[in-house]
Amino acid sequence: MAQMTMIKAITNAMQTELKNDENVLVFGEDVGQNGGVFRATEGLQDEFGEERVFDTPLAESGIGGLSIGLGLQGYRPVMEIQFFGFVFEAMDSINGQMARMRYRTGGAHNAPITIRAPFGGGVHTPELHADSLEGLIAQQPGMKVVIPSTPYDAKGLLISAIRDNDPVLFLEHMKLYRSFRGEVPEEAYTVDLTKADVKREGKDVSIIAYGAMVHSALKAADELEKNDIDAEVIDLRTVSPIDIETIIESVKKTNHAIVVQEAQRQAGVAANVVAEIQERAIMHLEAPVLRVTAPDTVYAFSEAEEIWLPNEKDIIEKVNTVIDY
Amino acid sequence: MKHVLESVESQFEMFQVLNENGEIVNKDDMPDLSDEELKELMRRMVYTRILDQRSIALNRQGRLGFYAPTAGQEASQLGSQFALEQDDFLLPGYRDVPQLIWQGLPLYQAFLFSKGHFHGNQMPENVQALSPQIIIGAQYVQTAGVALGMKLRGKKNVAVAYTGDGGTSQGDFYEGINFAGAYGAPAIFFVQNNYFAISVPVEKQSAVKTLAQKSVAAGIEGIQVDGMDVLAVYAVTKHAREHAINGDGPMLIETLTYRYGPHTMSGDDPTRYRTDELNDEWEKRDPIVRFRKFLEEKGIWSEEEENKVVEDAKEDIKKAIKEADNYPKQKVTDLIGNMYEELPVNLQEQMEEYKEKESK
Repeated sequence: MAQMTMIKAITNAMQTELKNDENVLVFGEDVGQNGGVFRATEGLQDEFGEERVFDTPLAESGIGGLSIGLGLQGYRPVMEIQFFGFVFEAMDSINGQMARMRYRTGGAHNAPITIRAPFGGGVHTPELHADSLEGLIAQQPGMKVVIPSTPYDAKGLLISAIRDNDPVLFLEHMKLYRSFRGEVPEEAYTVDLTKADVKREGKDVSIIAYGAMVHSALKAADELEKNDIDAEVIDLRTVSPIDIETIIESVKKTNHAIVVQEAQRQAGVAANVVAEIQERAIMHLEAPVLRVTAPDTVYAFSEAEEIWLPNEKDIIEKVNTVIDY
Repeated sequence: MKHVLESVESQFEMFQVLNENGEIVNKDDMPDLSDEELKELMRRMVYTRILDQRSIALNRQGRLGFYAPTAGQEASQLGSQFALEQDDFLLPGYRDVPQLIWQGLPLYQAFLFSKGHFHGNQMPENVQALSPQIIIGAQYVQTAGVALGMKLRGKKNVAVAYTGDGGTSQGDFYEGINFAGAYGAPAIFFVQNNYFAISVPVEKQSAVKTLAQKSVAAGIEGIQVDGMDVLAVYAVTKHAREHAINGDGPMLIETLTYRYGPHTMSGDDPTRYRTDELNDEWEKRDPIVRFRKFLEEKGIWSEEEENKVVEDAKEDIKKAIKEADNYPKQKVTDLIGNMYEELPVNLQEQMEEYKEKESK
């Protein structure tokens, strides 16, 4: 099995599906000859030609609308939003249009679109480049929001997303692109979009996370083990719709939970997970479910970035609070 | 230098074939239509005027939901639709229901669309269209995508976006025409300039003299047409269609037209922003009146013939509204079932909850 970074696994997934299905088209700003600003589409235009992998004019709403129209002609568009902070320009196309295509046409049409975008902080990007805006799309029924945390998952989930007949937002954490390698099969495989992954089994506390925070949670779990706290770490993988069954099963075993997200606290994915746990498993809880999040400010790009972002120490602290409650 | 600055505007003189008196003023561009086809165009306009009157009445009785009146715009709507082929793809705005009907959407489904029933949005298999778009301008960017898809598939068809003048004030208008232009995609961007975006007149929306000249910025062809002249609209759309499928790129068509009624039946009062004088001026240019004069002069149209169309329309409308009234009501469980191809866990639970609620 090959060792790949997450970015290579993502390129490999697109290459696999471009080969597998001639209806797959990859497009966005600078994705052609340039291979994308992060090189996610490197080499794809040379291999598949300018009709399958192409640059668009610099206009996110146009890219969204183009995807919807191509979907109506039976293509499977894989569109790139260059940085997720630019998604506001495409919000009508995403939340207003593609999410409701199946309902709006009574099932006569769908929107088999995959939206790829880099997101997440900690890599010192300029303003509006690092924002964690998954909550904005997660609130929209009709969309699926997927966030991989490993190279293996990135390839399998992206292939599943491209094959899915509903629109999928696929968010790629910039810090994970090249920070480590993992085993990734060369052949095509899928990872179920509807299932969370129990990354580490434990009996004392459930740490529910996604994206880069999965790695912080795993590091925290290793530290906690030194103090005889056995943490279970769950990677949500898909933050909308959420696999609530896996979470509840875990909470029933550990009786303690914290939810970790890099995004700001207000509204958002973690708030939803906490609400689901209290509705479904309150009698199994020995302490309130706490959250580890960024503060409710706009993203602190540059100087204050490191302290703004949640980290493993914050996770350890919150776990100790719920265990000692 | 002044003449250089004015040169763009001077390219956009209004194109006309039939004047207000029903006389051909532009023989060279008279479309090649048989007497039967000319009569069919008239039949569609008269029918649609009656449909508009009846829809307004049905709306007032509470038997329809959302409705945007169409009277005044028949030449723009139906002259363009008449130039399209069955496999062309329409992306209409909320006022563009008549084009869908003449493209093959059954009348009762048009009424269901008005009532907010999703079956009104399920196009029959032979109708390539989305249901009327509610967001102003969203159809422009989608049309670029449909047109690019047609080009990639090697189809000899066009994608057609319809909006009003307000749509051209949206960013999506520019992104759509620019994308289609950049890709040389077979699209027609059709702007029905009825002068008011609800209440705001076109001169307060933009400093441009014509909306057609906005095509210059995207590097595509653009033309302004007398939107009360069905022959001119037909001729221009036919030309745009051929232009697009020949690989010469998209076209922007601006028709100068007018809606006699309010913006929609949901509370708009046009007397707040339009004068009687303006209304009278436009009614003198009425597309049906002028085309009737032309056909009568040609000796192929009569009062009896027109009365027959009116009676047929009334009869069809009566049947269709009955069918829409009797169509099974939409349920929340239908809505839940149509959100995704497969029901996620949250919706599986909500499906059970609403099945229970709806069974009571």
